Amino acid sequence: MTPNLHLWLIPVLPLVGAALNGLFGRRWPKRAVALVGTVFVGAAFAWTLWVASQFSHLTQLPHIEEHAPWITAGGFVANFGFYLDQLSLVMALVVTGVGFLIHIYSIGYMEHEGGYYRFFAYLNLFMFFMLTLVLADNYLLMFVGWEGVGLASYLLIGFWFQKDSAAAAGKKAFIVNRIGDFGFLLALFLLIRTCGSLNFAEVFPAISRMGVEAAPGVLTAIALLLMLGACGKSAQLPLYVWLPDAMEGPTPVSALIHAATMVTAGVYMVARSNPIFSRSPEALTVVAVVGCLTALFAATIGMAQNDIKRVLAYSTISQLGYMFLACGVAAYSAAIFHLMTHAFFKALLFLAAGSVIHALGGEQDMRNMGGLRKHIPWTFWTMTAATFAIAGFPFLSGFFSKDEILWRAWSSPYGGWIFWAVGVGTAGLTSFYMFRLWFLTFFGESRGPEDRHPHESPRVMLAPLVILAVLAVVGGYVGVPHALGGENHFERFLAPVMAVPAALEHEGAAAAAEVGTERMLTAASVGAAALGLFFAWLLYHKRRDLPEKIATALGGMYTAVANKYYVDEGYNAVLVQPVVEGSTRLLWRGVDAGVIDGTVNHAAGDVRKVSDALRHMQSGSVRSYAGWVAAGAALALAYLIWVGAR
Amino acid sequence: MVPLSYYLVLSAILFGLGVTGFLVKRNIITLFMSIELMLNAVNLSFVAFAAHWGALSGHVYVFFVMVVAAAEAAVGLAIIIAVFRTRQTLNVDRVNLLKL
Repeated sequence: MTPNLHLWLIPVLPLVGAALNGLFGRRWPKRAVALVGTVFVGAAFAWTLWVASQFSHLTQLPHIEEHAPWITAGGFVANFGFYLDQLSLVMALVVTGVGFLIHIYSIGYMEHEGGYYRFFAYLNLFMFFMLTLVLADNYLLMFVGWEGVGLASYLLIGFWFQKDSAAAAGKKAFIVNRIGDFGFLLALFLLIRTCGSLNFAEVFPAISRMGVEAAPGVLTAIALLLMLGACGKSAQLPLYVWLPDAMEGPTPVSALIHAATMVTAGVYMVARSNPIFSRSPEALTVVAVVGCLTALFAATIGMAQNDIKRVLAYSTISQLGYMFLACGVAAYSAAIFHLMTHAFFKALLFLAAGSVIHALGGEQDMRNMGGLRKHIPWTFWTMTAATFAIAGFPFLSGFFSKDEILWRAWSSPYGGWIFWAVGVGTAGLTSFYMFRLWFLTFFGESRGPEDRHPHESPRVMLAPLVILAVLAVVGGYVGVPHALGGENHFERFLAPVMAVPAALEHEGAAAAAEVGTERMLTAASVGAAALGLFFAWLLYHKRRDLPEKIATALGGMYTAVANKYYVDEGYNAVLVQPVVEGSTRLLWRGVDAGVIDGTVNHAAGDVRKVSDALRHMQSGSVRSYAGWVAAGAALALAYLIWVGAR
Repeated sequence: MVPLSYYLVLSAILFGLGVTGFLVKRNIITLFMSIELMLNAVNLSFVAFAAHWGALSGHVYVFFVMVVAAAEAAVGLAIIIAVFRTRQTLNVDRVNLLKL
């Protein structure tokens, strides 16, 4: 007898909050709106914690709770059901936990903004969809959550919809995501065709019975289409362009949706689908290459951005690239591990950046910051923890998760030294741009206006920062690798979900023996991080004149990086403009105005012309009528005579 | 005995005169008289046929036509007077208020 854990409560609680705030929040005072918004998410978090406490008592995993059939068509059934296993438990904990902290932070951050109730309603709605995505027991319900978080993301990016750029960024995010969703949908159709079901409990066993594909087949197709969906949602090449623009949204939104949770949905989906990916070496290679390229590409752009949030946005893309790299070398646990630690430190980075922006009254350009260390010490110290964590300094959370990925990229049968090299290079770049941000923001002299008085944020904003800072520091200890004397509890915990095909298991075990190599690789990546720190210190603290000179020396290359490689411009010229032009000239003016309107208008016009000709018969002149009558009569008479004559 | 064709030719001539008058003239009263001429041309052919075949129905039709013509004359003249009162003219070409 499996216990009933009422998993449905976890997503539904935030939905209730969203409904209450959305329907009645307008008339409520801000305090009540904030209370409702936070309490329901807090309750979802508490319930998730309770479920986690019961987790070890579960005898049968995955634990599935089905409530009602949703779609029944022939042999195909999709239910409203929830699926609890190690993976969805970790995800639900991260989403509700980080989400709860960010809700608390938002109480302070959004204090002076209009549309307070709207903000909390959207944020709660996002939590509902995200938890649906994470806990769904079939791909179709997961897709509902998938689309729902896209909607919530759109609403929140365009939260300040009076601003043109925010509205445009919202649209861009939605449209780019649609491209990925199209891939996801096709993958679902193929899955139905292949397995006849979308329920995880039926799909995965069915897939597991198939062998690893020697040549690309249907599993590769499914995996690649799923990857296309993940590329859209998780902002990977070539669909990453929406994420930097998404920074138009309020900062807590950037922290929750565009750093900690929603953008990791793609990673979760790939990790969830690991039985499919593990059976297609080609798809895994594609995933690894995409992740690798994205990590490096976004990191280089991040080095030359001046908007504090955009640096973090490119950093997010880059870190997501790491997670895909991990998935691509079949190290799904490492990907989820990094997903978790990244959720901690990246949410913290965004919230701290928000606190900086708050302190400076809306200033986001790092060139106008500087010297903030003494003014906002809490923000400074929490940000420092996060910066060192993401840069991968030893014994902070990012160190363990990043090194796990790099080690797997090196040692996995799907990996290779090239993946590792790109990963380490990216780690160095990550360290550089993060410390650049750190030095520019907190050190040196203030470069803002004289009369600026930065103020520390209220306690309601600082408390989440401190909690996340603690997590960013210690969060990695759940997964200390063997090489460093740990047990790697995290990987062992997730292992039942991430069962790799037997052929891989063996080689993985052999590689794990090379403890010495792993330690050396770790030293190399720490060295890269230290190098990044050194160069950032040299360029942005010690010799402030150098960056100018280097930028001038690099010339065109620097301009290209600062302008994000002109990718947006390229997409605009190659994809958007042809569509706009085609729509305007061919579809609008040609088909719509020409053919459709033309048919109607010409039909009417021709009838009118005929009528105009006929109208002259109705001259109003009595005698002409009489003439017609007479002529008619004469004609009739002539006919009769002719007939009679025959 | 006058042959039937004489009557019919006379009737056709009278009818043609009526039609011509109706088409050529502008004065409403003249038009009205032209219509009467056409009706009576037809009447003539009716009675001619009736006499020829020795059938009564032709005569009966003639009475009908005369009754209708009388009623028409009453109504028509009333309309003509009304038109003259409002328009101060009997020229049909000037009675064209409904014309586009």
